[in-house]
Order: sequence, then C-alpha cells, then structure tokens
Amino acid sequence: MYPASFEYHKAESVDQALAALAENPDLKVIAGGHSLLPAMKLRLAQPPALLDIWGIQEMKGITRDGDHWVVGAMTTHADVLRSDLPLFPEVAGWVGDPMVRNRGTIGGSLAHADPSADYPAAALALGVEFVIRGPGGERTVHADDMFQGMFESAVQPGELLTHIRIPATTQASAYEKFRHPASHYAVVGVAVVRHADSSVRAAYTGAAEKAHRLNKLEDAVNGSQAVPTGLVDAGDLLGDRFASAEYRAHLVDVLAARAIERLG
Amino acid sequence: MSETRTDKYFGQALKRKEDPRFITGTGNYTDDMVLHGMVHAAMVRSPYAHAKITGINTDSVKDMPGVIRVLTGQDVQDAGLGSIPVGWLLPDLKTPAHPAIALTEANHVGDIVAVVIAETRAQAEDAAAALEVDYDALPAVATTHAALADGAPLVHDDVPGNVAFHWEIGDEAATTEAFKGAARKVHVKLRNHRLVANPIEPRASLAQFTPAGGDYLLYTTSQNPHIHRLILAAFVMSIPEHKLRVISPDVGGGFGTKIFQYQEEVIVLLASRLIGRPVKWTARRSEAFVSDAQGRDHDTEAELAVSEDGKILGFRVNTHANLGAYQTLFAPAVPTYLYGTLLNGVYKIPAIHAKVTGVMTNTVPVDAYRGAGRPEATYLIERIVDMAAHELNMDPAELRRQNFIQPDEFPYQTPVALVYDSGDYEPALDQAMQMMNYAALRDEQARMKGGKKILGVGLISFLEACGLAPSALVGQLGAQAGQWESSLVRVHPTGKVELYTGSHSHGQGHETAFPQIAADELQIPIEDIELIHGDTGRMPYGWGTYGSRSAAVGGSALKLALQKITAKMKKIAAHLLEASEDDIEHEGGVFRIKGAPDKSKTFFDIALMAHLAHNYPADLEPGLEATAFYDPKNFVYPFGTHIAVVEIDTDTGHVKLRGYGSVDDCGPLINPLIAEGQVHGGVAQGMGQALLEEAAYDEDGNLLAGTYMEYAMPRADDVPFIQHGHTVTPSPHNPLGVKGIGEAGTIASTAAVANAVMDALWHEAGIAHLDMPYTAEKVWRALKDARGSQPQAAAD
Amino acid sequence: MNVTLTVNGKTYTRDVEPRTLLVHFIREDLGLTGTHVGCDTSQCGACTVHLNGDAVKSCTLLAVQAQGADITTIEGLGTPGDLHPLQTGFWEEHGLQCGFCTPGMIMASAELLKHTPNPSEDQIRHHLEGNYCRCTGYHNIVKAVQHAAGAMQGASQAADD
Repeated sequence: MYPASFEYHKAESVDQALAALAENPDLKVIAGGHSLLPAMKLRLAQPPALLDIWGIQEMKGITRDGDHWVVGAMTTHADVLRSDLPLFPEVAGWVGDPMVRNRGTIGGSLAHADPSADYPAAALALGVEFVIRGPGGERTVHADDMFQGMFESAVQPGELLTHIRIPATTQASAYEKFRHPASHYAVVGVAVVRHADSSVRAAYTGAAEKAHRLNKLEDAVNGSQAVPTGLVDAGDLLGDRFASAEYRAHLVDVLAARAIERLG
Repeated sequence: MSETRTDKYFGQALKRKEDPRFITGTGNYTDDMVLHGMVHAAMVRSPYAHAKITGINTDSVKDMPGVIRVLTGQDVQDAGLGSIPVGWLLPDLKTPAHPAIALTEANHVGDIVAVVIAETRAQAEDAAAALEVDYDALPAVATTHAALADGAPLVHDDVPGNVAFHWEIGDEAATTEAFKGAARKVHVKLRNHRLVANPIEPRASLAQFTPAGGDYLLYTTSQNPHIHRLILAAFVMSIPEHKLRVISPDVGGGFGTKIFQYQEEVIVLLASRLIGRPVKWTARRSEAFVSDAQGRDHDTEAELAVSEDGKILGFRVNTHANLGAYQTLFAPAVPTYLYGTLLNGVYKIPAIHAKVTGVMTNTVPVDAYRGAGRPEATYLIERIVDMAAHELNMDPAELRRQNFIQPDEFPYQTPVALVYDSGDYEPALDQAMQMMNYAALRDEQARMKGGKKILGVGLISFLEACGLAPSALVGQLGAQAGQWESSLVRVHPTGKVELYTGSHSHGQGHETAFPQIAADELQIPIEDIELIHGDTGRMPYGWGTYGSRSAAVGGSALKLALQKITAKMKKIAAHLLEASEDDIEHEGGVFRIKGAPDKSKTFFDIALMAHLAHNYPADLEPGLEATAFYDPKNFVYPFGTHIAVVEIDTDTGHVKLRGYGSVDDCGPLINPLIAEGQVHGGVAQGMGQALLEEAAYDEDGNLLAGTYMEYAMPRADDVPFIQHGHTVTPSPHNPLGVKGIGEAGTIASTAAVANAVMDALWHEAGIAHLDMPYTAEKVWRALKDARGSQPQAAAD
Repeated sequence: MNVTLTVNGKTYTRDVEPRTLLVHFIREDLGLTGTHVGCDTSQCGACTVHLNGDAVKSCTLLAVQAQGADITTIEGLGTPGDLHPLQTGFWEEHGLQCGFCTPGMIMASAELLKHTPNPSEDQIRHHLEGNYCRCTGYHNIVKAVQHAAGAMQGASQAADD
C-alpha cells in the first residue's frame, strides 16, 4: 500500500512555503493529507514532491476580528467542531469520521473543492471570505468566486489559502445532509444561514460539479414566500449509480425545506 | 444426548480465553509474520474483464530497484504446476482450467497475469505498476443474462454457451400437477445480488521453501489449512503431503471467502522455491475486491401455488447462478446442493421442482459466502411466502404458522432430498412475536400509514442444514473429500491438557468453547486446558471451519477423543486402586471406587502414572493421548424466527433498520456469549445485503464498487441492538446435541430485512416486490411511481 | 530521511523513505504489529493510533509527518496484567471475534471517552463510523464501550471520594 516515491519538504511559515512553491512548481502542498494521501496510496495521484505545511503555526487557530471570525486554514475539523463558529461546527461533524477530523483541515478541504465535500455549501451560505497569499501578495476571494469547478478552487499554483473570514453576526443556520452509504460524502448537502440583516443565503453541495447558491430558495424566503420545489434543474446536476440527477434535484428540495424549517 | 452432563462449563457465558492477545495487540496474523531473508510479491492484475495476453516485457522492470524476478504464466507451466481444482463435481460439469498465473487469457478484472518479486513491498508495487503487459481486449459478459444470450462471447472456449452445468431437483411432474388445481399462483422474478465478503483482514500468504529436505512452509489466511495442504500437495504441486506444512495463525475473519485455494498461495510457494527465499504477499483492500471469491448472484424466477385459505401446494424455481470466471473450491455445490435442497424451508410443501443453471461470466469467481446457498434459498421462499400472504390478505405470521411442519412429523422427508431430523417451529415464532411485540408493531404501522415515516415489519421463519457433513452422503453428491472431523487430546504428566482440532477459529471462539466441552468431560479446571488448531504440522488431519460445522462435527470429534481418555484413565485408576474397572466412577473431579469414596485418585495422579508407567497395568500402553474421527450421520438443522422492523423516510426513500429480534434454535448452547455474538454479526451481514452492499459490475465486467468508497459496509450506526432469544431442540444424532449458529444470522436476516422493507411498501402503496439492496432512490422512486398511479390495489 | 518519534514512551530514530506510511513504520520498522491495515482508502479504522493524544488513521499519515510526535498504539494502552478499562470492556462484553478490527476500535473508543465520559448509545455508534467490524454487528462493541465508560466513571468517582 505504498504511494509512488516523492521528495518531501516542509515549511514552517507562510513565507517559507511561498518561497518553496515559487522555486519548485512541481511541489504539491499537503495539509492534513486526508484527500491527497488516499489518492496517492491508490496511485491515482503521483506528485513528484510534497510540501508539508502542517507546521505553519500562523495558519492555525480561530480568532475574533470585530464582526468576523478568522480561521486559520490549517485548523482541523475537530477544532472547528468544538468551536463557537456559526454553522461550521455542525458541518464539521459530518466530515469524515473522528480520526479524519483530527487530521483533516478546513482549508485543505475548501481549497481541494471536492464537489461532494460539506464545507463549500456552508462557505457559500455564510458568504465567507478566503484569504489567499501568493507571490503577488495577499488577496481576498469571496465564497461566490471560490469554487470554480470540480476540484478547482480560486487558489492558484504557487498560492496558499491561509485563512478564512466568517461573519460572526449571523442569526441562525442549519445544514442538512443526505450522505452516500459507503463514502459518507454528501449525495446532497444544503446549508442555509440567516444573516444579521435577516436575509437568508443558501447553497447546496454534492449534486453538481461544484457547490452552488440556491437562488430560487433565497428569493422565495427573502420575499417571505413558502419554500418552493424545483429549486434546481436536474439537467444541471450529476448522477451516478447510487443517485440520479433527478433524485438529487429532489433531495435538494427536501433538504432545503428541512433546513429552512430548522432556521425557525 | 444419551448421558447426564456435569455442565459446570458447558452452557456458561465465559469470557473468551483467546481475547487477551487480541485486546493487547499481540495477536499473530499472517501479515505480522517475518521470516529471515523475506522478500515480497506484488501481483500484476488484468485491467480487462476479458483479454488475450499478447506480450509481457519482463525487461521493462528487471533493472528497477530491488526487483528479483518476474513470474508469468509460463513459469507456472514450466514448473509443471496443476490447475487449481474444483472440490465438488456435478454430473457433466464443465470445469475450465484455473492456472495460478494466466498464460494466454485473462478472464476477469483482477485475474493475475504476472508477479513481481522484490526486496521490499514498496519496490514490488513500483515494479508491478511499471510492468509492460500487452493485451488484446476481448468482448466480455458480466451477467447471466448477457452470458446466456444468443451469440454471447464465450468466457472459456471449452464451456459452450457459458453453461457450466444444468442441475435439477424435485419432481417436475408432481409440481406441475400441484399447480394445476391451485387457487393462487404467486409469481416472482428476483435477483439475489452479488456481495463481497470483506473480512477486515485482507488475505495474505507467506511461503518458505527449504531446499535441503524439499520442505515447504506456508502461512496463510485460511479457514481450513488441511484442505490447502491437500489441494496444493496432491493436485497443484504433486508433492507428498508431509512436504508441505500449512499454518493458519490468527485469521481476521473468513465468512467463506477464506475457504478456497487461491492463486496467490500457489504463487508464493513457487516463488520461494525459484528464488530460495521466503516470499510474502498481502492483499490490498482494492485487490481483495477483485480477487476474493464473491457471494450470491442469482437470477431467479419462481412460483408458489397456494390454496385460497393459505395452504402451500407447490413451489417451482428456475435459477441462473453466476459462477464468475473460474470455479473455485465449492462453487458448483453452493447454488445446487446448498440451495436447491433448502427450498422447502420450514413448511409442508407437497411438491417442489427446481432447476439451476451454472453460468460462467467474466467476473470474479463466486463461491460460498456466509450461509452459502441457504441465504439465497431462505430469501426466495420467505419472500414469496410473504407475497402470498399479502395477496391473500393474511397475516404473514399466520400463513407461516399454518404451513409449519409439526413436531410429531419428524423425521421429515422433504421433496428436495433432505430428511429433517428434528424441529419445533411454532415456539420460536411465538417467542419472537412476543419479544418484538408484533401486534403493537402492526398497530403502529397502521397509525403511520400515509405519513412522512412509514413502518415495515418483516417476519421470517427459517431453517438451515449445516454441520457439513456426512461423508458418504456428500460423496454421493459430488464432494471430492470427506467431511468428518478429527480431534486429538493430549494429557501431559502434570495433568495439563492440550486439545487439537481440525476445525479452525477465525473469530468463533474455539479456544474457549472447545475447552468448555473438555473441562466438563475431564472434570478439571478450564485453565488447565488449551486448544491448538490451524497448523497441519501439529494437527494431522481435519477439514476446517465453514458451513457452521465446528461445534457439531469438530466438537463431537473432541467429545469422542475425550471419552477415550477417560476410559483409559479408568483402567489406570482401577489398577492403582486395586479395583475392577467396572467399579471405578469418575465423579467430582476424581476417579474413585463406587461405594468407597475415600479410595480415589486425582486426574493428576493418573496423568502422571500414565507417563511414569511405574505402577501400571501390564496390558496397557503408557502415555495418555487419544485421537478420534467423527463422521456425522446427518446434517444438523438449526431453525428460528427473526423479525426486522424498518422505518422508511418517504421523502428521501431512506430505510432505517429500527429494530431486530431473533429467536434461534441451535440446540444446547456451549457458550451463550459466543453463540449470540455469532447471531449479531450474522444479522449485520444479512442486513448489509438487504440495505447497503452490492458488488455491481458494468456490462464490460468492471466492478463498480471496488473500494469502501463505493461498497457500503454496515457501520455501527446502521444497525440497532439485536434482541435475542432461543429455544432448545437438541440434534438427536450427535453426542453433544449441538447444531450450528455461525451462519444462521445471515441466512435469516437478509430475508427478514427485505420482507420488512417490502411489508412497508406493500402496506403503503401496494408494491409487491423490489429487488435488494433497498437504496434510497430505488425506494423513493417506487413510492413515487406507485403513488403516481393511485388509486392503488393495496390490499388494505 | 531520518525520522524520530516516540512510540509508547520509547523514542526511535529510523531512516525511512518519505513515502513510508506511519502504519508501515509502526508495523515493519518497529515490529509493533497490533496496529492493522484493513483497507487502502482510509475508511476501516483498523490502523487507528493516538498521535499527541488524538486518534488518527496511521494509514493516512506519512511517518515523516509524525516527526517528533508522541504516539500510542494498542500495545501502549495496557498489558494483559494491567488492562485499560476499554480492553477490559471488550473482553467482558465479547466485543471482539476475530480481533482484527479490535485495536483500532479500542483506540478510537478511547478518544470518545476522553471527550465524552458518559456517551449515549447513539454517540458511541456515531463516533465509531470510521471503524469497520465484520464480525460483531457492533452490538457488543457498543456494550464494551458502555462497560468501560461505567468503569472509568466509577473509578474517577472513587478517586474523588
């Protein structure tokens, strides 16, 4: 059960990591490694060199900055789970299993942009901001621009997602998930958040090539209308042996209604 | 059960003697073994379901780090190794050759086409990934339907039409006659889908060849090391049995899939001989998915004839069994003698006729998986009986009750060959219904009808034939081996006792249960007794553990050996006490003169004297050990009633197993803790088939669920606590009265959980049958379609 | 490259390839074979160990990532003469059959009891979603964890008194 051979490098600071990435474009960043190593063990991924960023202390931990929480990208799911963040603790409880949560990181998961991951729906519903550093300095990407395709996020080669900024003033939130019976990944996950101004943002994950906002749902709820069905078009969704696109579209409706009900 | 037991240990829920090593991480599994100079094998497996092997460029890896040798099918042929044989022959069975490494053609994804031996496992895996193999892909068939179609590609040229056998049982004319007058004919077409056994320990083998004596040593993950020795020595390698020692150390679960002789075991033995060093191979889980023999995979059409008042009149069955690409050890027996003979269930069915066609496909071989044939039979009969109850608007429990074979009708000759020796089915049914509060469940079901959550209650009464098996009988049926068991008891001079058995424990607790039997018979503390198993070098003969045979057959052999020991000890005691042997009684842990209880000898006194032989009967051999062979007179027939309760979320179709109750009759329990544990695990496996697991292939023969990312294993939160009860009807023919319990949970629970789901869907929407597994979308869609076509013909 | 780490209180330095998984390091370099490998997709949990006090899957960690770490394996949790309450619980409640998943189950359960000393049945079942057992149907595993929780609470109450 061995991955193919690779070189191993470590960074202790963001600057060090960025310098290493600038120097060696073949370097693949490994955070918690809970997406990358399983792929490497099956030799589906064979990076020639890894850059281990686990030791970068400045990318760990959760702090309050005014009306935002600032979460280091290398904060583990387990630490997220036990935190006072809005929505994310509930979502973290659905990620992997306790051992995976002790090693897997929120930033690693979000940068990986797995279409079946749980966090992206929460990030979209919360409207979080992603702080990304690269050779050109630091930039901030809004959640709406973060997830660009299947396993494709706004984080570019040579860059690191260092922190995420989460609004701390939300009124209520909920995440409803229907999980795959084998992988426990999201077949569909729906996140809804009532923000400080009482507006509701909602998003779904698992059903399409990436997580998306649920505009129809938001419009209805923000217009004080009942939760409609047909929130997403099956034609825009993915299907597989376990769950067809049509079924996933239906699940989006079911889970959205349940999540909105929980918002109260 | 002819004698009175002291029963100090038999029947006690003792915690297991073997556990300290497992809970402290000091068990000894095959992959834990290290031999001096050991190297590693990695298999190169076909990515195609069917392909000609047109070239293997061994030069492509020979200079890679650590590579010692590359083996191909040519090396197997050059070594003169025989095909891996089939152990159970049917009339006119077509058995394609099964070489250890494919020579010209790969016949399933995962078939071994080459092997790399290297210094480290990582190096072997590197080279295996890099080895250049050229294939010409051939058309493949994955299902019985595709394989039997006109003009279907042939898996093997010497198996015309892909049909390995046609087999039938029962009386066709009588069955046709029974159907003629029947008021109702309940018809079903169903698929019993394929499963992967998935013991958590992947298979592993480690071989060492010693050139000086020409001796082979094989550590392997086997349920039956003696069978491996026989097949490897006599059929594959053509060496004397005593030149091969097979050790199955701690084995991390088997469930049938570790019965069979596998290619990799032959390969490591050959490789060790060729390179002169010990060779180890350990399966990755993803290899296990494409190389461990798989289970089930039947396509069946069946019909049950019933009278208007619910009397079963006849049953006819036509099954196509998918055997996969090769026939492994028991493959032909599983869908025939272990299936067709069980189609009678627990009912009085006047006429049964079953036809089975064994079909070769380009998929992983199919063989025994926990229950082996009997879960398939139980699922079929119990599903169709439930459908009959629904059609007749009868309670499924009552329909069953009125068709049960009655206690005074045993021995009962079924129309499908078996003679049931004992049984009393109604008390188990009553106890299960009471335990699960069946009437209240039906009320709750009625209240929940039409809601967001609906309830289903699945009740099944089952029987199995296990304790394989009377040798003469299975010999007549095609088995190529005996099915007795043997045991050796050795009493040391200190009075400590070693038991040896040909049975093998890979989780079943033999190291506790067998000493429980012995401690009572010898009347000594259980701490003084140890069981040794799993080593052909220490226990000369045996047939291993499968078919729920260890207690009934292995335990009985032990009992006979123990009786020989106590008989000899009486002789020695008589001599020492200067009494007649007939006057010696074995009571309270001592041998004493009847009527003179102060004149006695302890177990230790006699054990010591047997070895000293200083003051000893002139005509008696020194030493104190005995071997016994036990061949059962019949199968044993455990039975019971299981009830599953499911809740279905009608919005999503998700099925949750809410409750489960089992009442089993496996005769007297040697150790209730162990027996109940067997049921718990069996139930989880059976519910896994009903709700979660499916080894689905695409039409090109690619396994679509080849890792735990796609193959849904039952987890802790998928199963509830299992309520358990039992009735006790001893087997009349073995010295312990025991029957088997290893497979009962699985045999029963697939049908019980499936019936629960279908019970919910029938009551809610009049849906008569859906195939397992009941995945969420399947259930949601069925409900949606049925409700869409309302008004429904729902019986209620 | 060199890696130094502490396993069950003993410090080891070994030269390893970067690709060496922690589980292979523990099993093959250190000869501690109580930690098992049951899958290659990081799901079955047979390889669970504690790393700096947290349960992790040692098949999804490179040995070099564990540089400097303090690791506990099943062999370090208790010995036959001095069993951890979970080991006792698994023994008493027949929480194991073939024993292959058992070390991982015990190590995962130990973490649960660290954070949740008195877990409900649901909490136990949910916590063990990353540990597969094919033998027990989880019935007696759940009871074993409950047994240990009771014993540990009893012991801590006794200590408080």
